[in-house]
Amino acid sequence: MNRIYLDYSATTPLAPEVLEAMQPFLTEYFGNASSIHGFGREAKVAIEAAREKLAVALGAEPQEIVFTSGGTEASNIAILGLAPTFSEPRHLVTSRVEHPCVLNPCRELEKSGWQVTYVEPDATGMISVNAVAAALRPDTALISIMFANNEVGTINPIAEIARLAAERKILFHTDAVQAFGKLPIDVRQLPVSLLSLSGHKIYGPKGMGALFVRRGVKLQPILFGGHQERERRAGTENVAGIVGLGKAAELILGQRVAETARLQRLANDFWKHVQEIFPQATLNGNPAARLPSVLNLSFPGFESTALLMSLDLQGIAVSNGSACSAGSVEISHVLRAMKLPRERAVSALRFSFGKYTTPAEVETTLQALAKILQRSPRPNNSTN
Amino acid sequence: MHRDTELLNKTNIAPGAGETVVVAMSGGVDSSVAAALLHEHGYRVVGITLNLWDYHASGGNVNLESGCCSIDTMADARAVCHKLGVPHYVSDFREIFERSVQQNFIEEYFVGRTPNPCVRCNTFIKWGALLQQTQDIGGSFMATGHYARTYLNSTTNRWELWRAVDRQKDQSYALWGVRQEALARTIFPLGELTKPEVRELARGLGLKTAEKKESQEICFIPDNDYRRYLRERAPEAVAEIGAGNFVDVAGKQLGTHAGFPFYTIGQRKGLGLALGRPIFISAINPAENTIVVGDDEDLRQSDFIVSSVNWGSQFCPANDTAVSCKIRYRDNGAPAVLLEAEPHRVRVHFDAPQRAITPGQSAVFYDGEVVVGGGVIERIVNT
Repeated sequence: MNRIYLDYSATTPLAPEVLEAMQPFLTEYFGNASSIHGFGREAKVAIEAAREKLAVALGAEPQEIVFTSGGTEASNIAILGLAPTFSEPRHLVTSRVEHPCVLNPCRELEKSGWQVTYVEPDATGMISVNAVAAALRPDTALISIMFANNEVGTINPIAEIARLAAERKILFHTDAVQAFGKLPIDVRQLPVSLLSLSGHKIYGPKGMGALFVRRGVKLQPILFGGHQERERRAGTENVAGIVGLGKAAELILGQRVAETARLQRLANDFWKHVQEIFPQATLNGNPAARLPSVLNLSFPGFESTALLMSLDLQGIAVSNGSACSAGSVEISHVLRAMKLPRERAVSALRFSFGKYTTPAEVETTLQALAKILQRSPRPNNSTN
Repeated sequence: MHRDTELLNKTNIAPGAGETVVVAMSGGVDSSVAAALLHEHGYRVVGITLNLWDYHASGGNVNLESGCCSIDTMADARAVCHKLGVPHYVSDFREIFERSVQQNFIEEYFVGRTPNPCVRCNTFIKWGALLQQTQDIGGSFMATGHYARTYLNSTTNRWELWRAVDRQKDQSYALWGVRQEALARTIFPLGELTKPEVRELARGLGLKTAEKKESQEICFIPDNDYRRYLRERAPEAVAEIGAGNFVDVAGKQLGTHAGFPFYTIGQRKGLGLALGRPIFISAINPAENTIVVGDDEDLRQSDFIVSSVNWGSQFCPANDTAVSCKIRYRDNGAPAVLLEAEPHRVRVHFDAPQRAITPGQSAVFYDGEVVVGGGVIERIVNT
């Protein structure tokens, strides 16, 4: 069976060029970058070259890039590493639609006396600058708002929120895991203090991410060990991963504009045809400010798990919310925060397109979907 | 891979032609073999493990190896499916399981009855939500690792539920609630096999679950302490009921008890009464929070009403239909007659009085191998 992958927001395949760049560092160049000898130097040079590529991609200085084990660790360092730099617990503003890798560190801080305001999104999942402004307090120490949402693709007004934070002299972190490589990001124009990104969403390796830390922003480490990454992230560097991330960032930067336009056409076309085969379908998320690659659609009368399985049984991979550890799914916190009617929330599927998605795959998916949606829908929207 | 052709033939599974069949997989040996057998017989198998309750929130000893709904059992089911080369999913039915099984379990104890959660799980979860999901994904059949058989009776044109060949393992008692239209879509691949044969097949097929232990009785109470579960789940109700009195058949007060929900009909141990002879709980009176204890003889009754009845091999049997009636899982059944049968209700008369007829438990009526019907014991009729 020819399989079709439409879950690029969950993860992406490694680009062949990235694999090629990584390979020597899994074999020949195995040195520890902290070593003084030649083996070590080779590794160190490769790491710094990758750091520069990432810095170029963000408009940052190389020393502002901290390599991590992924987006989760990057956001954990940003939030949990920042907290102890304040002499006493303060106030933090985040949103209801953040990824768990931001929400859960915030909950962790609440246990040690921090107060957290979870800003509500609008019906499209967007966090407005006014809502953030209204949540600020004199003791607000940090704002953490995601760049673009992983489930519905809604893009937040990050530039405005960053300016607000800068005016109020409040540190601002953004989880840019979904946005990086898809939207223009230049930290010279965008006054963010901290920005997280991930390798495997941009055709790079899993287990690899980075945190942009603006010069002057103080962080405590959350892992204690050696002096790597300017004492901001201890542990022997994942050299091959770092090289892969650098290569992936370089590649995606070069292809971004053309690829964005292509994906936009593909996704718009898909959505148009879905409405033809199933007029009751609805689009979740912001119709305008949305990642070009993500379509979160509801099929009222159907149940998303069954739709997902039905597509999977035909070799078509989509998602119905964030991937969960046991593979079981409940209504996502994002759709709940958007106050989606239950019938829409339980029937939502996320289609996310990417570099290797072809028009033929989109066509096959539409045909499969049309067949599945011809099955009789549920008499009601619950499971009994 | 060793294939025991004789055993494979013995299963009596109708050869499939690529029809999609959803197999409810607990991660145990029975459902693993059920999936493997259907795969061998030409069906397109889809394994689904049900996520019914939060393992870590269940309390008690969660280190018990056999518990379902743990990450381990899901991994076992997934590994078996992977080995067979068939897809596997986890379906989140926690909400409906809480509503239809767990809450009912609690409520039943608080009205003085002894519930049977496995029956409700079969009726509302497996042959309810999961069968619905089977249809939603375009599946033709649903299968489980239960020991039972089904046949279409060409004379009556009704689907019949039969006892399993392995009498030790027969689970037809817990399946009386499966409706006609659901039975029509059901395959029980293990009904013709014995447990040792199933294990032999599992070994032959190289399934990692071949030597797994039997699962416990109530999955969501891993430590088997339902009293702890009731105290944790309904502390206010427990406190409100408080302690009550043990009385004898004549109403004489004999001592105090911890509250009627913590006792079941027929119970002998843990009463804290020393009367110099074996005594048993013969009745529970929730209105007065009293528990009647008596001799073995006081436990024996012959007439009772069964409600929520689901008729099987025949609809609403005629008056005085003779059956063998089982009133608990581990019970061989005793001769009885069905009286005043209605679509959802029947009065049952045992030929000889039976011990501990317990409201809330299931009564299942057999005609030889065949399940005539079943229901929930509503109340005893004093004759």
